[in-house]
Amino acid sequence: MGEFKVHRVRFFNYVPSAIRCVAYNNHSNRLAVSRTDGTVEIYNLSANYFQEKFFPGHESRATEALCWAEGQRLFSAGLNGEIIEYDLQALKIKYAMDAFGGPIWSMAASPSGSQLLIGCEDGSVKLFQITPDKIQFERNFDRQKSRILSLSWHPSGTHIAAGSIDYISVFDVKSGSAVRKMIVDRQYMGVSKRKCIVWGVAFLSDGTIISVDSAGKVQFWDSATGTLVKSHLIANADVQSIAVANQEDSFVVGTAEGTVFHFQLVPVTSNSSEKQWVRTKPFQHHTHDVRTVAHSPTSLISGGTDTHLVIRPLMEKLEVKNYDAALRKITFPHRRLISCSRKRQLLLFQFAHHLELWRLGSTVATGKMGDPENIICSCISPCGSWIAYSTASRFFLYRLNYEHDNISLKRVSKMPAFLRSALQILFSEDSTKLFVASNQGTLHIVQLSGGSFKHLHAFQPQSGTVEAMCLLAVSPDGNWLAASGTSAGVHLHCTVPAYNFPVTAMAIAPNTNNLVIAHSDQQVFEYSIPDKHYTDWSRTVQKHGFHHLWLQRDTPITHISFHPKRPMHILLHDAYMFCIIDKSLPLPNDKTLLYNPFPPTNESDVVQRRTAHAFKISKIYKPLLFMDLLDERTLVAVERPLDDIIAQLPPPIKKKKFGT
Amino acid sequence: SFFSRYIFCVSGDFVKVYSTATEECVHILHGHRNLVTGIQLNPNNHLQLYSCSLDGTIKLWDYIDGILIKTFIVGCKLHALFTVAQAEDSVFVTVNKEKPDIFQLVSVKLPKSSSQEVEAKELSIVLDYINQSPKCIAFGNEGVYVAAVRDFYLSVYFFKKKTTSRFTLSSSRNKKHAKNNFTCVACHPKEDCIASGHMDGKIRLWRNFYDEKKYTYTCLHWHHDMVMDLAFSVTGSSLLSGGHESVLVEWRDAMEKNKEFLPRLGATIEHISVSPAGDLFCTSHSDNKIMIIHRNLEASAVIQGLVKDRSIFTGLMIDPRTKALVLNGKPGHLQFYSLQSDKQLYNLDIMQQEYINDYGLIQIELTKAAFGCFGNWLATVEQRQEKETELELQMKLWMYSKKTQGFILNTKIHMPHEDCITALCFCNAEKSEQPTLVTASKDSYFKVWILTDDSDIYKKAVGWTCDFVGSYHKYQATNCCFSEDGSLLAVSFEEIVTIWDSETWELKCTFCQRAGKIRHLCFGRLTCSKYLLGATENGILSCWNLLSCALEWSAKLNVRVMEPDPNSENIAAISQSSVGSDLFVFKPSEPRPLYIQKGISREEVQWGVFVPRDVPESFTSEAYQWLNRSQFYFLTKSQSLLTFSTKSPEEKLTPTSKQLLAEESLPTTPFYFILGKHRQQQDEKLNETLENELVQLPLTENIPAISELLHTPAHVLPSAVFLCSMFVNSLLLSKETKSAEEIPKDVDMEEEKESENSDEENDFTEKIQDTNNKDLGEDIIHQLSKSEEKELRKFRKIDYSWIAAL
Repeated sequence: MGEFKVHRVRFFNYVPSAIRCVAYNNHSNRLAVSRTDGTVEIYNLSANYFQEKFFPGHESRATEALCWAEGQRLFSAGLNGEIIEYDLQALKIKYAMDAFGGPIWSMAASPSGSQLLIGCEDGSVKLFQITPDKIQFERNFDRQKSRILSLSWHPSGTHIAAGSIDYISVFDVKSGSAVRKMIVDRQYMGVSKRKCIVWGVAFLSDGTIISVDSAGKVQFWDSATGTLVKSHLIANADVQSIAVANQEDSFVVGTAEGTVFHFQLVPVTSNSSEKQWVRTKPFQHHTHDVRTVAHSPTSLISGGTDTHLVIRPLMEKLEVKNYDAALRKITFPHRRLISCSRKRQLLLFQFAHHLELWRLGSTVATGKMGDPENIICSCISPCGSWIAYSTASRFFLYRLNYEHDNISLKRVSKMPAFLRSALQILFSEDSTKLFVASNQGTLHIVQLSGGSFKHLHAFQPQSGTVEAMCLLAVSPDGNWLAASGTSAGVHLHCTVPAYNFPVTAMAIAPNTNNLVIAHSDQQVFEYSIPDKHYTDWSRTVQKHGFHHLWLQRDTPITHISFHPKRPMHILLHDAYMFCIIDKSLPLPNDKTLLYNPFPPTNESDVVQRRTAHAFKISKIYKPLLFMDLLDERTLVAVERPLDDIIAQLPPPIKKKKFGT
Repeated sequence: SFFSRYIFCVSGDFVKVYSTATEECVHILHGHRNLVTGIQLNPNNHLQLYSCSLDGTIKLWDYIDGILIKTFIVGCKLHALFTVAQAEDSVFVTVNKEKPDIFQLVSVKLPKSSSQEVEAKELSIVLDYINQSPKCIAFGNEGVYVAAVRDFYLSVYFFKKKTTSRFTLSSSRNKKHAKNNFTCVACHPKEDCIASGHMDGKIRLWRNFYDEKKYTYTCLHWHHDMVMDLAFSVTGSSLLSGGHESVLVEWRDAMEKNKEFLPRLGATIEHISVSPAGDLFCTSHSDNKIMIIHRNLEASAVIQGLVKDRSIFTGLMIDPRTKALVLNGKPGHLQFYSLQSDKQLYNLDIMQQEYINDYGLIQIELTKAAFGCFGNWLATVEQRQEKETELELQMKLWMYSKKTQGFILNTKIHMPHEDCITALCFCNAEKSEQPTLVTASKDSYFKVWILTDDSDIYKKAVGWTCDFVGSYHKYQATNCCFSEDGSLLAVSFEEIVTIWDSETWELKCTFCQRAGKIRHLCFGRLTCSKYLLGATENGILSCWNLLSCALEWSAKLNVRVMEPDPNSENIAAISQSSVGSDLFVFKPSEPRPLYIQKGISREEVQWGVFVPRDVPESFTSEAYQWLNRSQFYFLTKSQSLLTFSTKSPEEKLTPTSKQLLAEESLPTTPFYFILGKHRQQQDEKLNETLENELVQLPLTENIPAISELLHTPAHVLPSAVFLCSMFVNSLLLSKETKSAEEIPKDVDMEEEKESENSDEENDFTEKIQDTNNKDLGEDIIHQLSKSEEKELRKFRKIDYSWIAAL
């Protein structure tokens, strides 16, 4: 297997932006997550929480509310006053519509899914009708004095509850008038705070309204009488979010102290039907504010300023102890943010609004490009002379000129009109061709020569599908191109047999032209392109099955590469490990040790041979964002220590810790 | 009790009934023959009380009149008792059948019968493998279910369904600080909610526990150390918890943020109970205290016994004003304990610092205290030594204030010495115009402190300043003592005793006996004031005559405690041997002891004190005369306070024995649960063992004649010729005789003491004795009958006076 010289890169100064909203879709078991920079990500909870789609953000769009309506339609609203619907197929914004009520603080879809309600800065609550391809303003509810920070529908759709500053109002949907107004106590531990902001409300089918507010209280109100039923003081800081389970037997709240509390409806005594809400378990998985929570049937989902998305399964709801029973903490995007030029030893780091180019082993060479729009994808050519990146509306191509140590950038102007926005960009091995996957489902091939380019070919999507391609792989000889969409299939010039889980990474091996595909359920396939079937090794692996620890890994494989001199080796990595699969060695079974010490130091050859198996795993580098082979003997590993991210976040609320 | 008028507490074999209003003990219910382990009110008749005991019986009492109504004999050891209103004719007890560590909760059917003693043999097992402690079982929601905890398990048994659910917490041995063990459990009176306390200080509230899968719990965490006990209020609206922090926490509505505290309860809360009427709570503490607390968390009454501290450094003292016993109490406090009423009078906070209870923390210890000038002054020394070189020392002087009827801090002296203070004494002479205090320290100095005028223009004040510093050849000063009239000060420096004139602070003379460091030093009193007594570490008791400056007599006695009686010449010394402690009472003028009591305690006796009687008794018997004016109390290592009393002569077991009355003891045996209260029981066991020893005393009659002979006074002994042959004969005898010779030495201290005394006499009469021994014949020995022995004893006594006359 040999030893490698490793460039350990820790200067990728990437900080994910804070999570603002999460919305859980019961029908498709998907989770939409919006971040403070306007990015919206879609996680597929059935596919090992893989982040399958994402919509780039925009500086002017700060999402404040996110909701699913009519089954699969996703809406967001933000402080720019616009309601946005996303096209989940083409991965673009379908339309944006101004609500004319100032910044929008809250949004809720009706239980039937046909109506959308927004709460605005000016105190208005507006009702929109959802039509098949648009939304249409229907009417205004009674105007309130201050901004509407939270909204909740009664499950029957007849009433809504709106949380404002210092009070909660109940509206009748038919008449649009405020039926009740419930004043929230400003007192906080005996001290009168300036204002009590109702951060969240939830309307239950029995008429109970649950409110969470900035005084740290969770309060139960009777909407029929407008009276306070019960009050739980749970935090010394704001309680910022609430989410109720569909069965209305449990709900979850998130506080600014980073704690998530679970409340359950339990019977008072075993033989009476009387039930009461009881605070049960607290979870402290966050260090900062929990801005948003969601309640799926089997888990509690929370996200906040510390940029982690935490999925905490409810043990009592799970039948078997399997992959879903473990706590999940998702911090890094499940896509590649780094590309490298092997020839010139350059690394291109992609940030939200700029790119950085670093040369390994020497001082910095940075190019920064400012843009209000977030960068979707970027790539540097293997020869190091081209950089391409794309935002939601424009495609950029730069040519790099090297004069000794100086690098000059020259933008290639006059991009063709069809190259508007790309989901994935790839250069061929010899840097002569540029492959662009556009969000229309089209693949463009562009010939690069000198300072000019020429459009060679466009693969149109298969008829009837508008699915966007978001992963590309090209064979080193330049003859084969593989593309994968957001769902499971992989297309070449022919289509690889479909698999149920989305593709997380793929690559085509040199010489053999075998396509190696990693799926989100941690399966790895090898497909021989010339023979158009899975290779023998892949079949053996499938028959034998992967090691259970391999299948229980947390994060998807994000990059696959090959050793130019050792055709039997496949190099792949996820965020917590780096693995070399040696196809010549026997596969491990469940009894063998999967994670063996990487360099076997002083064990005898016999022991080594006996314990050796195909998976050579190193966990030295973590969290690992990128790892690639520069040449036969050199690896580059890009790490992003979590402590460095936390250091760049705003300070959390100080809490007295006992004993300190 | 039902109307919160009485509280009950278990004290050894007794159940004590206290009034909640007056804190007086109203009744003592006695009848059990072993430790009472549980008491419960009869749920169907609130004027009756059930109690169970290790003797295997359940007794039903009328507590208002203190009458035993019924006894149910179960037959096996009962460890806890529970009653449920719904199960009218049965009670629940915990028993252990086979293995020593496995306890079962069984229900006992109490047969209806008019007779006084009924056998109750109908047992049915409810729960197996439970904890012995009654805190680990609780009946919930009108007896629908019972919850029991042990280790990491919570078991819930439902009576209707007859099913048991068991919930296990992860033992998490991998995590360092996760101590999940259950310590106690309580059930909500109205709702299906179980509260459990844990080793790590968490309280878990379990709900929905009908289903082993769907159960849920929530955590309340305030305690940093183990939760000792939990109790729900009568309505269930609040939960009370307590532990080592000595803070009673009330959790309202079971909400973490909604809690109230009653802090500074003084000691670890051992038990919490709530009165059935709901208006009172009460807590029992590890320092032998019961607190009655109002619903609004205000302490309303305290029933305080003698506080048990980890160690008593100050020794026993008598407050000259109140005649109360003074010793270390709560950490940093001196307690004033009234012996007459078995009550604590008050606590004096010496340290005036918050006590922080944490393992491994080195606390400031109150090491020395002394009263002076008829109770007008109190001197205390506190020290804290973290490392060898880091010593913190403080001496405080307190003045008695007539206005406040308490002690007020007058002078605080920081680092009065460079090293630990070993002794502290006031000059208590009546004529002394100036209060004087002497401190002796390991730093080889002794310092004399006097009261001086500290007035300035603002106020009139007095303060203490150092007047004289003395040392002797850089030896460590170990003890100091003033003579009765205050004219002389004796300070011992390791092996040397120095006498100083208290007027001029001149060294008068020194006594030296190279026999180890001086451990105790005291002057004789009244007629014996010319004598100075010193006890050394390797077991020599010496008496010096101050007039002749010569050694008067010395005896081989390993003295642990030496205390002079303030009202007489008598001095009590307690010696330590391998089998127990022996008490000797003597006058310094005569080396013959007035009274000897062998085996007063099996443990090491640490301190003793004479308490003056208010009304002098008049015991005619020579043996008790020393008790006429004072009573002697002593404290053993296990902090049992014992005394000698002659109050119930009819109970005397042997003519020579006194009844040892366990006044109040604080053994380490487990505390027992009581409906209202708990109380550390009197150490009856100790008493029993003492009685056993006393019973052995008649054995002295069976002592072989040989030893009798050896201890017979010289002038009545036969000639040494006979004696020798007899002695040799006895040595030639079989092993039996030898062992017989050893036994009496252990058992009969009277004889032993005499032998020691005769050893002392050897100085003077060695020759005479030898010849005397030869004079007596062997034939007499063989003819010694019991009556003759008694005669011999009388002779002995006479003989001693004769020696004294010498």
